[in-house]
Amino acid sequence: MSELIPSFDWQRVMIDPWTLDLSLYGWIFLMGFCATAACGLVGNYLILRRMALMGDAVSHSVLPGLVIAFLLTDSRGTTPMFLGALVAGILTTVLVESIHRRTRVKQDAAIGIAFTTLFAIGVLLVSLFSNQIDLDAECVLYGEIAFVPLEPLVTLGGVELGPISLVRMVAVLLGVAVLILVFYKELLIASFDEALAKAMRINPTWVHYGLMAVLSVVVVSAFEAVGAILVIAMLILPGATASLLTDRLGVMHFIAIGHAAISAWLGVGLGVWLDCSIGAAMVVGGAFVFGVVWMGTLLTKLKRQRSKPQQSGATVSAPASVS
Amino acid sequence: MKTVRQQVLRRSLLGIIGFALTASLASAASVSEVAPTEWTDQLGRFFSFRDPSLRYALVGSILLGLSCGLLGSFIVVRRMALVGDALSHAVLPGVALGFLWNMTKDPVAIFIGAIIAGLAGTSMVSALIKTTRLKADTALGLVLASFFAVGMCLLSMIQNLPTGNKSGLNAFLFGQVAALGADDIQLMGIVTGIAVLLVVLFYKELLTTSFDAGFARVSGIPAEWVHHGLMLVLAAAIVIALQAVGVVLVSAMLITPAAAAYLLTDRLHRMLMLASIFGVLAGVTGAFFSFVGRGLPTGPLMVIGASIVFAAAYFFGPRHGVLARWWRQRQSASRTERENTLKALYHVWENDGYRDVGVTLRGLAERRRETLDEALRRSEELQHHGLATINRDTVYFTPEGRQRATEIVRNHRLWELYLTNTANIAPDHVHEDAEKIEHILGESVVRELERRLNYATEDPHGKPIPGPRDIHVGPVVELGRGDK
Repeated sequence: MSELIPSFDWQRVMIDPWTLDLSLYGWIFLMGFCATAACGLVGNYLILRRMALMGDAVSHSVLPGLVIAFLLTDSRGTTPMFLGALVAGILTTVLVESIHRRTRVKQDAAIGIAFTTLFAIGVLLVSLFSNQIDLDAECVLYGEIAFVPLEPLVTLGGVELGPISLVRMVAVLLGVAVLILVFYKELLIASFDEALAKAMRINPTWVHYGLMAVLSVVVVSAFEAVGAILVIAMLILPGATASLLTDRLGVMHFIAIGHAAISAWLGVGLGVWLDCSIGAAMVVGGAFVFGVVWMGTLLTKLKRQRSKPQQSGATVSAPASVS
Repeated sequence: MKTVRQQVLRRSLLGIIGFALTASLASAASVSEVAPTEWTDQLGRFFSFRDPSLRYALVGSILLGLSCGLLGSFIVVRRMALVGDALSHAVLPGVALGFLWNMTKDPVAIFIGAIIAGLAGTSMVSALIKTTRLKADTALGLVLASFFAVGMCLLSMIQNLPTGNKSGLNAFLFGQVAALGADDIQLMGIVTGIAVLLVVLFYKELLTTSFDAGFARVSGIPAEWVHHGLMLVLAAAIVIALQAVGVVLVSAMLITPAAAAYLLTDRLHRMLMLASIFGVLAGVTGAFFSFVGRGLPTGPLMVIGASIVFAAAYFFGPRHGVLARWWRQRQSASRTERENTLKALYHVWENDGYRDVGVTLRGLAERRRETLDEALRRSEELQHHGLATINRDTVYFTPEGRQRATEIVRNHRLWELYLTNTANIAPDHVHEDAEKIEHILGESVVRELERRLNYATEDPHGKPIPGPRDIHVGPVVELGRGDK
């Protein structure tokens, strides 16, 4: 076991990444932060709308879209990547709807069938054409965030901006933030009160498909860094943590962003310490933060119950309604 | 998987160095990588069944298809499809820890580790749902991804270890039936046997708790225990399927064959049978193509096989298939349309005092506010089905048509009266509802309606409600005229 878990060296784990190796870990931290923040912002709405598992589905099914776009255009450019992801994301949504609306198969099974099929096609394509596209099946699962600093830097007007996937991720994060600011009212109403949304002529179907489209773009831009399955964690963990802490949607956004920063920081530390995949380590860090918050809420609940034992006892023993 | 890249590299090397390298490749994850054979050779090898690892692969995929199809049926009918997904991801840290136990791919250690991790995952989901306001979907996704991340961390740490026999560990991600060994098959056989036995023994309990929780409670079946038992067997089935299908896609082997079977039958035992057959079919297809395709990951191929079966059931299922449903809807839409034409003809006929001379196309068109062409098309449709005859510009009921028309009008007016009298709905609000129900009221319901309305003869708008005599013999006035 001792060779599995190296000793914790404060200097190597906590100081060096942010001083000596800042040019390396700085980019990794920023990439992790931007990916988690963008996913977390979209994820808030998935959690509110009880569509967390659509996030699961879309994060898997963008893979064939990505691979086919790369194969068709013979490049790894941003536009084909986003287009492929969009088509795949919308296709998943349509498939899920057409299975559970038209047959007796329930929505959860429909999601399970649709995304596994698309993901299987994606993995197969990756294995078949692995010599033509620069993706391998391992990267699909847990990404290659450690390779972000090795990418060529993008320069704009003589200023070096950063590695290409980071620049893309920042642009997506800003885009998501702008979209949320512009459509805040629509999203809020459509997520909480469909009847009111209809009365106000907000089409819930359009909101649904719009959210799915944004989700696929966010997922695909985070995909390369953290892979398909860890994307789900980044979609759900920040929002879940936030919804334990607040009732207000506006506040949820800020908590999600804070969660993203902490989990990216923890991830770098954990990854350096244990010498494991940094993307996975970021998710473990995020899960750790969630666990701490969860325990905190449990403890406060317990305290409150102890201070008012009679009241809480009365509510617990309230008889269920007799039908 | 790295093996994919390595495989490409290996093949190019093989061309230069030749047989010198084959010996070192003998331990590769996939048997089919051993020699660069053509796919026709592979086909020959597949059907000769001489390869021991091929036999293992086949037996393994049959066993996993069987157990996944069987247990998947229950998670599909219990609406727990994504619990299977979460469970399959949550076992990954257990797989890694089981490997660390004695630094080798020991099936039993991995099996135990994975089961513990899986059960820890599902209990964490229940704890999250109980103690926080997070909904089931969020809790499932959260546990799934967090456990998977821990597993990924452990796996990447294991890859960096200098010691241990790590080959085949990557098969847990996307599956490789060729990596199955004799001890794996033994374990799969035991687990599948236990699963089949348990399903047979507790069939009644599983059936009741899946479909009627209330009845299960009343008959004293401990639903909680059935649920936990099912979870345990499910976790075991997932773990034995992992090596062949992979963590990511094992949920598809649970859901897809069972969902296909669900579309084809209404009876649980038949569904179990079909789902197992589909599972075996998908498993063997995946193993076959993985073998012929020389080291393609097995999991995706099996899943695509299962998805093709599902697509076939989705489109061509005789009762719940989309095509059958579309055909039935078309049939019922055209029947409704014919009956509406009949009703319009009846109304014109009634307004004319049941004159025996038939209804002009013009009268029908005016009644329905349509063009003459449309009225003609409608009447021809009736003629085609033997409900009316057209003579120049006049439409005559056949006896059968007159009877159906009278029935429809009776249904409509009875229902209107019923809604006004019994449900206290204003008379001017009942027409729309009656328009829909008139086509589907059966004879027994009509008898009951008549009885409850004391065989009333007038609807809320003052129009007569045709009785049995009007339907089977014809309106009195018409008879009188016909006698003359």
